[in-house]
Amino acid sequence: MLQAYASPLERTWFYAHRVIAGLILLFLILPILVIVPLSFNSDSFLMYPMAGASLRWYEEIIGSDVWRNALLNSLIVSPAATLLAVVLGTLASIGLVRSDFPGKALLTAILISPMVVPVVIVGVAMYLFFAPLGLAGSYTGLILAHAVLGVPFVITTVTATLQGFDYNLVRAAASLGANPVLTFFRVTLPLVAPGIVSGGLFAFATSFDEVVVTLFLASPGQATLPRQMFAGIRENISPAIAAVATILIVLSTLMLLTLEWLRQRSEKLRTGKSR
Amino acid sequence: MTATTLTASDAAAAPAERTLPLKTRLQRAERRKKLLHLALIAPLAVFLLLTFLWPIGALLKRSVDNPEVIGGLPATAAALEHWNGQGLPPASALAVFVKEMEGARGSTELASAAKRLNTEMTGYRSLIMKTARSLPLPDGSNLQEGLAAIDPRWSEPRTWQVMASAGQPYTSYYLLAALDHAVDADGAIVAATEDQAIYLDVLGRTFWMSLVVTLCCLVLGFPLAYLLTSLPTRSSNLLMILVLLPFWTSILVRVASWIVLLQSGGLVNQALQALGLIDEPLQLVFNRLGVYIAMTHILLPFMILPLYSVMKGISPIYLRAAQSLGCPPFQSFWKVYFPQTLPGVFAGSLLVFILSMGYYITPALLGGPQEQMASYFIAFYTNETINWGMAAALSTVLLGATLLLYVVYSRYAGQGRNAAKAR
Repeated sequence: MLQAYASPLERTWFYAHRVIAGLILLFLILPILVIVPLSFNSDSFLMYPMAGASLRWYEEIIGSDVWRNALLNSLIVSPAATLLAVVLGTLASIGLVRSDFPGKALLTAILISPMVVPVVIVGVAMYLFFAPLGLAGSYTGLILAHAVLGVPFVITTVTATLQGFDYNLVRAAASLGANPVLTFFRVTLPLVAPGIVSGGLFAFATSFDEVVVTLFLASPGQATLPRQMFAGIRENISPAIAAVATILIVLSTLMLLTLEWLRQRSEKLRTGKSR
Repeated sequence: MTATTLTASDAAAAPAERTLPLKTRLQRAERRKKLLHLALIAPLAVFLLLTFLWPIGALLKRSVDNPEVIGGLPATAAALEHWNGQGLPPASALAVFVKEMEGARGSTELASAAKRLNTEMTGYRSLIMKTARSLPLPDGSNLQEGLAAIDPRWSEPRTWQVMASAGQPYTSYYLLAALDHAVDADGAIVAATEDQAIYLDVLGRTFWMSLVVTLCCLVLGFPLAYLLTSLPTRSSNLLMILVLLPFWTSILVRVASWIVLLQSGGLVNQALQALGLIDEPLQLVFNRLGVYIAMTHILLPFMILPLYSVMKGISPIYLRAAQSLGCPPFQSFWKVYFPQTLPGVFAGSLLVFILSMGYYITPALLGGPQEQMASYFIAFYTNETINWGMAAALSTVLLGATLLLYVVYSRYAGQGRNAAKAR
């Protein structure tokens, strides 16, 4: 905050900093703001000024078998991969947080390493490994691969939540006569659930945006939404791409708002006061 | 939750156990607890072992695998194992070779062995094909003379030495090639010839582009993270959403937007022309600049989040104390505040650097041939030329560099990462 006794130089710097930060925020948000209006363009050019407003590109993608199929594939693969990542990741996080053994740090680093291994290497390795097993070009292979990529996000969010979990609350519930099952559902789960849901959202977003591993593993008929966008951008970038992009932006905004809501809710629960 | 079940099982422990000394009972309970926790981790560990670690291990092994000659001419490779490498191989080995070549004529295995031999010595493929066509030798002729009559190269020791070394189960060929080196006729490691030395250039470019992107992210991320920390919670939460929204938006959406923004008739060029800064539209995309802009945009949140979480933990009291002691504002920022942000600077920079080294989509869609990084060549050798040895060797080098940085990162920045990801 600017103090009342700040010198003119400090004042200048204070406002300059705000302007610079504002420009950086503009840089971050501009690409998202720019593409949304273009999806309503009546013209077939992705350029401003727009010729007029229409919904023709939305009609086109809704009527297109290719895009419908891509959406269907994404809706098969991503939820399944998320479920797998959340179940395995949550169990492992509980084990990691509540225990201490030699090599725990190393094991944790290995479990979250899919986040840092270059994704092309993951794609090539899985392709060469899955192909002889008949898993390349199968939904099973894609789901397994996407789950691997989502696991690190589940682990980091769930362990962070569990580390902040006050174990005295469980003891308090037990001392007040609640049985373990009741304690779990009435005390532990409400406090930990936001972390698990956030982890799940991260895993879902990872899978829903995954294109590189999909490029290697998916058969032509299994192109997911991002895979189809990749092809679209590469071949001929049209307002139809902008329409898909707009739908994806709406979806990611919803996910982000859910996440923020969860975060604030869990903070409120934990500190016992509203902000 | 886990401990809850444990308490229950402890309470239900058999009465016989109650008579044991407390220490033993405690130890048993501890051991049971430890086993339970390991059992919780086990499913994920097994899952990742089978679907991630094993495939990657198998890929890395391919970088030293040498299956072609052993697959195409197995008996010859085995016979040459016993040869000392001096002069020409014994007649028995030559007999095995001639017999095997006759049998393998026209097979795909022989073709791939010939292709592999050709990488070691130019002209070997045609030598193998020509020899296979000219066999069998006339009855009762001397093997050595017969082969030399087909092609004089068969009487040179070098030809057989190459065959023997390519017939080994493992080779350093691909890994050395990935670092622009090769083994010469005398077995010494030498720099590759100029037309083959392309990989160090690619790796250097990967490093350089990652470094530039990291610096851009730091320069843009630091002031923004600082502003977010200094604002009241309500407005900083609001601005944080503007940082997180691009973070959550699909990378392909952002790449498409940048093409729209940066194309020659795009908004950026229109704005620059309207301001009178340029007359002709600038080429901003499908070159290095476009890749830098889009990668910085995509990776910026990964810099801001760790920086923010570290800055949030720095008490403003230090800065005020420095100023009250007479330190000028800029100096107190530089000498008191900035050093405290260094853990965040390191965590964010390493994370951005590690992530950008593996980038594939953005350069592939926004760059020209000169912008393609190591990942592109791995994909290229896997999909286009089916040279898995080379793809594996480049993967090994890239993965090695990444893991090295990851070790540094998890040692020095583990905390910052957890805080950032928890958001």
